[in-house]
Amino acid sequence: MTPDPPPARHGYPGRLLVFEGLDGSGKSTQAALLGKWLQAQGYRVFFTEWNSSELTASTIRRGKKKGLLTPTTFSLLHATDFADRFERRILPPLRAGYVIVCDRYAFTAFVRDAARGCDPAWVRNIYSFAPRPDRVFYFRVPVAVSLKRKIASRLKINYYEAGMDLGLSDDLTESYEKFQTRLKREYDRLATTDDFTVIDATRAVEEIQRELRENVRPLLRDCPTGEKLIHDG
Amino acid sequence: MTARTYGTPLPGLPLEDLPGKLIVIEGADGSGRTTEVALLKQQLEIDGHAVVDTGLRRSDLVSGEIDGAKQGHTLGATTMALLYSVDFADQLENKIIPALAAGSTVLADRYIYTLMARAIVRGASRAWARELYGYALRPDLIVFLDARPVILLHRAIGKVGSLDYWESGMDLSLSRDLFESFFLYQDRLSKEFAWMRDEYAFHWVDANRAPDQVHADVLRLVAPLYAPPARRTRSPAARVSRARR
Repeated sequence: MTPDPPPARHGYPGRLLVFEGLDGSGKSTQAALLGKWLQAQGYRVFFTEWNSSELTASTIRRGKKKGLLTPTTFSLLHATDFADRFERRILPPLRAGYVIVCDRYAFTAFVRDAARGCDPAWVRNIYSFAPRPDRVFYFRVPVAVSLKRKIASRLKINYYEAGMDLGLSDDLTESYEKFQTRLKREYDRLATTDDFTVIDATRAVEEIQRELRENVRPLLRDCPTGEKLIHDG
Repeated sequence: MTARTYGTPLPGLPLEDLPGKLIVIEGADGSGRTTEVALLKQQLEIDGHAVVDTGLRRSDLVSGEIDGAKQGHTLGATTMALLYSVDFADQLENKIIPALAAGSTVLADRYIYTLMARAIVRGASRAWARELYGYALRPDLIVFLDARPVILLHRAIGKVGSLDYWESGMDLSLSRDLFESFFLYQDRLSKEFAWMRDEYAFHWVDANRAPDQVHADVLRLVAPLYAPPARRTRSPAARVSRARR
């Protein structure tokens, strides 16, 4: 189950496309649009989001509410959740030839855990079961833009998103800015070490989507489509 | 000075001042672990030491999830290994370290070694497991109760009347036969404990014998931990030179 790091690119028939970036960077909107386009071309598409497995969701919620979590248990719980998502929801469709569109992947853990003081090598080792994606799109925005979009969306900034557990500031907005600045610094660092495709996410939706499609098209060579699968089988 | 942890310590946890002792009792189900933990706890308390006992799957955070997952056994091997690691980290941070800081003796009914062995026989690499639990505190003493599989078998049948699904490694599909699977699984586990024996300095105790005989051996191993400071030595070399004098 666990090859030692660094993980190799998977050798499965499907494709693994990952969307990473700060909250409010527009990555979810773009992932959904890309998925529509892929489906329209006959590819089998599978969407998956960070923190969406049912296994630990309630524990994470409960732990957060009660303030039971430390950086380590926080990190391990998310790793458990990701492993469950990976073993059950990502790996099987990847082997079946699907294009997997991941709204956040292990890199989200790398940046968040690093910002909380966990040892990066330790975190990497834990996630070494996850293969390297075919492409990682990093939606890069200034922290101010992320914050502005967050406020505009009228979603309440939650305690952990703002990194309030780190005691950076007593003020939620100020803590959010400081924490997101740390995350952005980590993302910028990973962009080089992990070969991210950096997307300037301050631009118009259409322009970004066009760039994504141009980037993805060459990756789809020999990727099975739904129809082909039926005929070949 | 030896490091207090095997690898990278946990963020935000001071480990400098932990006057308590951490004693680990390892061994398969049926090795007499639970009996020995109870006997040892009683003796230590009689001797005037405060004892906090701990074991696997006892954290407030995820023990419910682990039990639920085992009922349905739908989880992958990596997920299960990580879920156990959450449980362990939670207990280490919220129970073991605070108790040691308060000067108590922590008596652990199994520790990271069982968790590592279980993960490895289910496909994890040794390196991955070792690094995953690198933040664990080094115990002051690790006792491994070694009993032959056939003894474990008789004790399991005598105690609960049947072999346990998980302790027989049935999830590994080694054999459809519970009896056969039990032996194959215990054999794989003991291979893992064999390399850990040297790496983690286990004290091997022959647990094929009666509980009082095992207990007498364990007491002999525990005694030096509470010896007056003047007679305590840190390195084996120092111990040897002292013995020669």
